[in-house]
Amino acid sequence: MTTAALASVDEPTGDAWAGFTWALRRDLRIAVRSKAELGVQLLFYVIVVTLFPLSTAPDRALLATLGPGVLWVAALLASLLSLPRLFAADFADGTLEQLALSPYPLPALVSGKITAHWVTTGLPVALLAPLLGLQYALDDPARYTLAAALLVGTPVLSLLGAVGAALTLGLRGGGSLLALLVLPLYVPVLIFGAGAVDAVRGGLSAAPHLALIGACLLVAAVAAPLAAATSVRIALE
Amino acid sequence: MNWFKYASPASFYPLAGRIAHVCAWLAAILTAVGLYLAFVVAPTDATQGESYRIIFIHVPTAWMAMFIYLVMALWSALALGFNTRLSAMMAQALAPTGALMAFLALWTGAFWGRPAWGTYWAWDARMTSTLILLFLYLGVMALRQAITDVRRADRACAVLSLVGAINVPIIYFSVRWWNTLHQGATVSLTSAPKMAATMLAGMLVMALAAWAYAIAVALTRARAIMLEREAGAAWTRLAAGVAL
Amino acid sequence: MTQFLAMGGYAWYVWMSYGAVALVVAAEIVAVRARMRRARANARVATAAAAPPAPRFDPARSL
Repeated sequence: MTTAALASVDEPTGDAWAGFTWALRRDLRIAVRSKAELGVQLLFYVIVVTLFPLSTAPDRALLATLGPGVLWVAALLASLLSLPRLFAADFADGTLEQLALSPYPLPALVSGKITAHWVTTGLPVALLAPLLGLQYALDDPARYTLAAALLVGTPVLSLLGAVGAALTLGLRGGGSLLALLVLPLYVPVLIFGAGAVDAVRGGLSAAPHLALIGACLLVAAVAAPLAAATSVRIALE
Repeated sequence: MNWFKYASPASFYPLAGRIAHVCAWLAAILTAVGLYLAFVVAPTDATQGESYRIIFIHVPTAWMAMFIYLVMALWSALALGFNTRLSAMMAQALAPTGALMAFLALWTGAFWGRPAWGTYWAWDARMTSTLILLFLYLGVMALRQAITDVRRADRACAVLSLVGAINVPIIYFSVRWWNTLHQGATVSLTSAPKMAATMLAGMLVMALAAWAYAIAVALTRARAIMLEREAGAAWTRLAAGVAL
Repeated sequence: MTQFLAMGGYAWYVWMSYGAVALVVAAEIVAVRARMRRARANARVATAAAAPPAPRFDPARSL
């Protein structure tokens, strides 16, 4: 435990920012230890994206139309695949219970974990997608817009996914149940995100789409940690 | 009138039975009147012929699918806020009815869409949002089945219902946005036939019938849930018809 | 009557819709009533097991 954590034992209410940074640093450290797991998740993204052109004709126009959608849906699936990692390990060894009992506010700790999840999952996908956009004959403006949209959108996926992950903690059939619960909530981000790239391809501005994703991000950033913290407490009872 | 008296399953059980009974009869009568209006009184539509008569079941089921979700979310909020078992039982009872309404809305919408606009499924905003609403219902039901501890299930499903309820308007808006961008040359799928007064009357009567039906079925299911969960409590003896 | 059933040529669409609604409604009613029956039977068994037998008033005992 860091000295910051030890010092806060004297104060009944922990500092939210300290809790956030503590959870963020801890989860990043743990994630870095299993680099292979992160690599596999990225590889999953690459493989899924590569499969789609193989299932249709490699017609450049068709691929360019499909591209934004495929790249976004694969990002949703990659996010889903990595979500159980958010709480499951801590739940299994009792750390989550200790986190819930700690003086730090649980939403702050959860926010830290979600941010770490995004840094290890969403951020790499957002940076990799423009490269994969080349497979779909997307031109430069479209690919940059894709990267921007994913950068703003993937945090929303992590935030909403965290609520689902907390609700399904420790349940059998967790993975598919998690997908059923969370994918409908992902729909707005998908529509605005893929729509942003489509707009740029059509010569229009992607600003309204990006603004809408940004609005989703703001709302989710405030509400999701609270909902996820509540769900964690429900699962721990 | 002390409403909190009815927060106990023991006192709500007989009341629910009486309301369900009344609403069942109401539903039957309103359905009969509505069907008469739908098939005998309402005239044939100029553009859509007889196929528009599907509207008399499509619109009520679509409305109920939305409305039941809102009511379910309301009971969920009460369950989380007041920690009452009965509020959670009411939410549990509403989900299957809501899901079936959403399914029927999609089914009737598809069979109306085919003759009216040439395709069983068109990605218009309302139908797509109703499909996602069906997924939300199924998600709540699946989560309840997956959790064995009843009280944890109550609270988890309550949180999920509320998160879904907040998202439904956002999802609807996003789908409408997406739909207007890709409208292209397709006919506007939201155009219903110009409403003659008789058509409107028939639709409203069927909507009220659907409402009464939903109340009757949901309250009866709630009664069954109360008996299932409170089995062993003394008051269930009366309900089960066992002499004291 | 045949004119009514034909629905101006749209018979398939109209009756598939109304038929589905009728089927689903009937199925839901049957299922809920069956659930009620099972719940009542279960409650009967559970309360018989849980509750002690009711005391009977025996005047002879109070003497």
